[in-house]
Amino acid sequence: MKNLLILGAGTSGTMMANHLRHKLYKDQWKITIVDQFKTHYYQPGFLFLPFDIYTENQVKKVGKKFIPKDVNYIQKKIEQIFPEENKVQLEDETLHYDVLIIATGSKIVPEETPGLVGPLWKKDIFDFYTYEGSLALRNKLRDWEGGKLVVHITEMPIKCPVAPLEFAFLADDYFRKKGMRDKVEITYVTPLSGAFTKPTCTTALNYLLKEKGIKIEIDFAIESVDNDAKEIVDYAGRRIPFDLLVSIPTNMGDKVIEKSGLGDDLNFIPTHHNTLQSLAHENIFVIGDATNVPASKAGSVAHFQAETLTDNILLYIDGYPLKNEFDGHANCFIETGNNKALLIDFNYVTEPVHGNFPFAKFGPLKLLKESVLNHWGKLAFRWIYWNMLLKGIPIPFVHRNMSFKGKIFDIKPETK
Amino acid sequence: MPVKTIAGVQVNVSEDGYLEDMNQWNEAIAKEIASEIGIELTPKHFEVLNFLREKTIAKENLTIRSVGKSGIVDIKELYALFPKGPLKFSAKIAGIPKPTSCI
Repeated sequence: MKNLLILGAGTSGTMMANHLRHKLYKDQWKITIVDQFKTHYYQPGFLFLPFDIYTENQVKKVGKKFIPKDVNYIQKKIEQIFPEENKVQLEDETLHYDVLIIATGSKIVPEETPGLVGPLWKKDIFDFYTYEGSLALRNKLRDWEGGKLVVHITEMPIKCPVAPLEFAFLADDYFRKKGMRDKVEITYVTPLSGAFTKPTCTTALNYLLKEKGIKIEIDFAIESVDNDAKEIVDYAGRRIPFDLLVSIPTNMGDKVIEKSGLGDDLNFIPTHHNTLQSLAHENIFVIGDATNVPASKAGSVAHFQAETLTDNILLYIDGYPLKNEFDGHANCFIETGNNKALLIDFNYVTEPVHGNFPFAKFGPLKLLKESVLNHWGKLAFRWIYWNMLLKGIPIPFVHRNMSFKGKIFDIKPETK
Repeated sequence: MPVKTIAGVQVNVSEDGYLEDMNQWNEAIAKEIASEIGIELTPKHFEVLNFLREKTIAKENLTIRSVGKSGIVDIKELYALFPKGPLKFSAKIAGIPKPTSCI
């Protein structure tokens, strides 16, 4: 009996367990998945929780529901991976593997920025990348009386790179509906040279910021938070004052990756961009936020990766060459407030473009244009996530690789 | 692909002025790009530039953080050397592609 071991039962790990149980011979392979946490969170929901659009119960379920019964599910802490010995040390047992899939994700590390976790943390400074942070922010916003709201990205890469901007758009909508938009000044602070991380998006979508009266500060690399002055300070000495700071702290891979000597300086694992095999160990594969591949850290990306990785695990087991297939494909809805959303579709080399999706001629979803239908698409995605995506059921008409049908290459990115 | 004459040499550059082929780079080119930006290069600058070039050849992701951990400069010093765009400008002067960040 051979062992296939999956570390992490988040979006990626759960999908891999569901894909592989149908593909591996049960009399030859034992599949084990390890995760210490019992709750599976619908992380895209953390964006909606602060604005009372979703409730607590809509964003969490018991993780066990999504792990197939014939997969060995161990709820224990992972202490260390020993890649040279093909074993993983858990809190009180050691697991041996023939093939290892690492899906340990990424998490925020606010301690990386001096002053972020200081006297104002969870009082006037919040994150919305954790369940607890998002919930605390909701409670703060419910009776906040207004002032300077600063939404701020510490450094790239971050999970769901469009979420901070969506947060700013939804905040505009939220305060407008509460009849207090005139009491709130929204500033969006980014270390990048534009609001969007992709230049074509910045060209096509900058009007949104103007329309919503959101101020933008670019090229701001934070050094520290001054809790006394209530200002964020960058390395060049620029200061931006806030009354309420919504921070996206540094994102890093899991501590166990660092401890095991498998990561880069942010604990992300060097991974082949197209096969998803670890660059250092041929029987280790990496998926989702845990990789260092230059694709978005997002559920849609993990979903596309899972299809390629399933094929590659089977090829690897049978001794065939791996497919250089994964193209960095991402497909993201961007909430723009007022019950509208945008849809973007892109990969490693092709920036988001205009066009129709998923069908070339009639859409029905429009790429890079605001529409109500896209907003419903985003809300419907929660159902798709729990009922199809985690279970490894293919989403109809959406291919793992980016399709060029129905796409219009008419935007020239702004250059400086 | 635009062609530009920098320090008397014809080089291929991207639309925003980054060298397309890092092998066309030399110190004179670096100095001329730097002076266009308004930076006068010191030996410390060149240490950083060479670090960036080595990392690019090794296909490693370039981040401000990784330069800060290089042992050559910390992040504050990097900002002092390349004000306003530590990675954007240092990459341009080092003759390597514009650092991309992913969505």
